[in-house]
Amino acid sequence: MIWKIFLFLLLAFVSIAGIGFPIVEKPSAWYEFPLIPGLEENAKIIFFHVPTAWLTVIAFFMSTIYSFKYLRKKNLDDDIKSYAAAQLGMIFCILATVTGAVWAKFAWGSYWSWDPRQTSIFALLLIYGAWFALRSSIESEEKRATLSSVYSMIAFVTVPFFIFVMPRIMSGLHPGSADDSNAGPVVDFKMNGNMQLIFFLSLIGFTILYFWMWNVGYRSILMREKLNKQLIRG
Amino acid sequence: MTDYSVEALELNKSFGRRLIFNDLKFKFDKSGVYGISGPNGSGKSTLVKIIAGILGASKGKIVHKLNDQEIAEERLHDHIGFVSPYLVLYEEFSTYENLKLFAEIRGVKFNKERVDYLLNKFLLYKRKDDLLKTYSSGMKQRVKFIFALMHSPQLIILDEPTSNLDDEGKNSVYELVREEGQKNIVLIASNEKNDLELCNDIVYLEKYKN
Amino acid sequence: MNSKSYSLFLKDFKSELRTRYAINALAMFIIVAISVILFSVGNEKISASLTGGLFWVVIFFTAMSGLSRAFVSEEERGTALTLQLIAAPSTVFSGKLIFNIILVFAMNTVIAILYSAMFEAFVIQNFALFLTSFVFGNIGLAVSSTIIAAIIAKAGAKGTLYPVLSFPILLPLILTSVQLTLFAIDGISFERAKFELAIVVSYDVIMLTASYMLFDFIWKE
Repeated sequence: MIWKIFLFLLLAFVSIAGIGFPIVEKPSAWYEFPLIPGLEENAKIIFFHVPTAWLTVIAFFMSTIYSFKYLRKKNLDDDIKSYAAAQLGMIFCILATVTGAVWAKFAWGSYWSWDPRQTSIFALLLIYGAWFALRSSIESEEKRATLSSVYSMIAFVTVPFFIFVMPRIMSGLHPGSADDSNAGPVVDFKMNGNMQLIFFLSLIGFTILYFWMWNVGYRSILMREKLNKQLIRG
Repeated sequence: MTDYSVEALELNKSFGRRLIFNDLKFKFDKSGVYGISGPNGSGKSTLVKIIAGILGASKGKIVHKLNDQEIAEERLHDHIGFVSPYLVLYEEFSTYENLKLFAEIRGVKFNKERVDYLLNKFLLYKRKDDLLKTYSSGMKQRVKFIFALMHSPQLIILDEPTSNLDDEGKNSVYELVREEGQKNIVLIASNEKNDLELCNDIVYLEKYKN
Repeated sequence: MNSKSYSLFLKDFKSELRTRYAINALAMFIIVAISVILFSVGNEKISASLTGGLFWVVIFFTAMSGLSRAFVSEEERGTALTLQLIAAPSTVFSGKLIFNIILVFAMNTVIAILYSAMFEAFVIQNFALFLTSFVFGNIGLAVSSTIIAAIIAKAGAKGTLYPVLSFPILLPLILTSVQLTLFAIDGISFERAKFELAIVVSYDVIMLTASYMLFDFIWKE
């Protein structure tokens, strides 16, 4: 219980600080953020957009790991864990896409411009959209678990291609891209100490939130399955 | 007389969370006719599919041995003959073409004498060049027996072997079961009294429900 | 790839000659897809780079219309069980893969010929580069669509699901192949296209390995 209160306070602080702290040219007080030329107030997206993108990766990666585990051990609980992770991954994926697109409208001038990372997240949306469509088309639990696990494995081996192919074919706009004139991720160079602190607090807070949601998610699916089984048996 | 044995080690199968059977054990190591019996839905077909290596078990496993050597999973199909109502052969080919293709895909020589002998036995020799889609269901059932026996397997699995057959057909099946039972292992999954009377030993699936 | 897989391929080939499950659908689809593009273009002059992209659009949708037959027909008729009784999974996969590779090559060659006859802008400057990328692209397309076809067949022959599942898996291959086709149209040398060629080749190798490893799980229920 205590950690739930802690998580609430942490996320509340991150939200208030992330949105409310002022951006000034020469930060002196502990609550002031530095001005990053070209970004200004838009820079605050980093406290929310990056964690969602990060959790998308974590969630889909966990889903793949549990799929792999299912194929090795054939334990249906692993399939449910994988499913619960993918559900959350999908939610965070949509959040990351939307926050990113809204921000892009203000910073880059259009909602969508097929930057490598935009394309990659679009591919992730496609893969997991297909994955959910596949799952909902199969009645038998075991078959569903096996086929969707195999599909995640196949999708997983295409990931390196997205990492290598995209930047080559299209030009990047994100910080850290090969042709980014500012060279190097924003995190190291342009954020001052308190901005970094809030950024990492936000990352930690959202990660804890994800694991908690995942835990609740897969346990509730398990319980529902057990209840269904009892109902069928009468 | 071949030294073939098939053994179930603490076999368990569930579909999703529904248990089919649990802790199933048996060992057939002498040639003869063995039966698997149980009411409808008790998992007879599931069990024979697991024995034939078509379906995986949830826990435990089936061990096939030839001369005390365990047979690798990917070679298993060369030692097994399988007949069941849900087995379907290629309708766009004739019986002869079907059998020839099967021998080629297995990677064994097409044994013409044996196939002709079996075709005669099941009264299909005259129609061996007709497409399978022109056959009646009883005739198709008889072709399946030839399919199962053409490569002289050591383990013959018959799932409801006499369904769809007339008396004449049933008699040739029984004759064949007795004949094959002399030198090989024949497994019959059935509820028919007549089928089970042939068996030396019977596994009752109801005993393994928990 | 041994004689067993080859025999399985021959079986599929003979069966295809008698039933014409895939060939008819594929042939009609090529005509339909190309004429849709022709009608929508009308009298407009389209650029060479656009024809390169549309070329792969035609290829993708044609592949999606016919390549799932290899497994779906076995599963629909119930003969998948028969195959399990006579062949190891690796034999089945290789046999079906040979069949699909031949089908893809035949279909894409027809598309390429028709396409260059219909679109004047589609002129290849570096033909050797086009041919190399065409060969490796076709192999990758065949491998991925074969393994996805196996999944689709076991999932109960949901035809609409096939392009949905295949597209994200084929996306890196298609994007790179489009790029290579554009290079060939612009007459860019091998030297400058070697990174893209390496990507296509490694895609083929990785997909082939992964498919062989995963097929056992799909095939054995």
